[in-house]
Amino acid sequence: MAATQEEIVAGLADIVNEIAGIPVEDVQLDKSFTDDLDVDSLSMVEVVVAAEERFDVKIPDEDVKNLKTVGDATDYILKHQG
Amino acid sequence: MPKLKPSKGAPYARILGVGGYRPTRVVPNEVILEKIDSSDEWIRSRSGIETRHWANDEETVAAMSIEASGKAIADAGISAEQIGGVIVSTVSHFKQTPAVATEIADKLGTNKAAAFDISAGCAGFGYGLTLAKGMIVEGSAEYVLVIGVERLSDLTDLEDRATAFLFGDGAGAVVVGPSKEPAIGPTVWGSEGDKSETIKQTVPWTDYRVGEVDKFPAITQEGQAVFRWAVFEMAKVAQQALDAAGITPDDLDVFIPHQANERIIDSMVKTLKLPEHVTVARDVRTTGNTSAASIPLAMERLLATGEAKSGDTALVIGFGAGLVYAATVVTLP
Repeated sequence: MAATQEEIVAGLADIVNEIAGIPVEDVQLDKSFTDDLDVDSLSMVEVVVAAEERFDVKIPDEDVKNLKTVGDATDYILKHQG
Repeated sequence: MPKLKPSKGAPYARILGVGGYRPTRVVPNEVILEKIDSSDEWIRSRSGIETRHWANDEETVAAMSIEASGKAIADAGISAEQIGGVIVSTVSHFKQTPAVATEIADKLGTNKAAAFDISAGCAGFGYGLTLAKGMIVEGSAEYVLVIGVERLSDLTDLEDRATAFLFGDGAGAVVVGPSKEPAIGPTVWGSEGDKSETIKQTVPWTDYRVGEVDKFPAITQEGQAVFRWAVFEMAKVAQQALDAAGITPDDLDVFIPHQANERIIDSMVKTLKLPEHVTVARDVRTTGNTSAASIPLAMERLLATGEAKSGDTALVIGFGAGLVYAATVVTLP
């Protein structure tokens, strides 16, 4: 079953917590991965790969650069999830 | 039809000795920062690199190779005349004909050893090792020298803030010879030419010659795409090499991945779920990315510092421009 927006944000919060050590409550839709959450370009790749696995979605390299905020990633997953 | 005599080789092959050469000039991040807008902290956090070595005019591809090879031959306890093959992997020897391997074979004092260069980027060491093992088991040489050597400083765009800090120069060499026991596992290798744009030389030499471009060719890469492929696809290849050798991560003593970037190494270790007891090569911190030379250089350093010891079981994996990769399990010399 497809994940809801709420479930995706919660899932991303777990992933960002695991990879960058950011508290889950800080991971909100309007937060920028690089500016607010200390996720640099390489950690972002790890976030993306973990999200692909968790939400059964493919996020090609060329789309990764467009995912600036948690909201961008959530919308992308909502639209593309299997 | 006359019946041909079969060739007769050794039952197995092993690495008998290793040697390295690092150029005398040590280049700290401060020197890199003269030409790019970045910081020491940024470079360290993105790559783990603190210093690298850059070759001077005398430290040519051949000269560095001869130094590294001399140490490997001494470490193996053989003489240069016993060497029947010299394989050099490099992408930064700028005189392409004749192969630099022939000059190295001659200056080392081999007895007209078969000598040739290969081009397999950062997987070059594994490619060379696999060829050497084949030559020894097939019987066309008793001892083969495999050299990874680069002067990547000649192919670095010092104004590109994404790559200026990455590359270094150096040579690493191993002597491969006969063995009664298997000591070089099956190689898992391959190429993905559909990803050739991911890491590449910016333009062909001929474009530079005819003046179509002002800037000397350099190595460029798509950082995020390389990182994803190197960590997640190469972890699968590494696991396949363990499976092919019939061992598990628990059986490993040492992990020597290509020294591309410490972040790649960290993520590979995590993805492969390597146990705590496995020693991980992190030579990239002070040597930078030396492409084909990185694995033998890291191997030599681990043995020299005592972090690894002769007889240890090591997983080696190289990956890079092509894209190409090669992974195998070896017994350390």
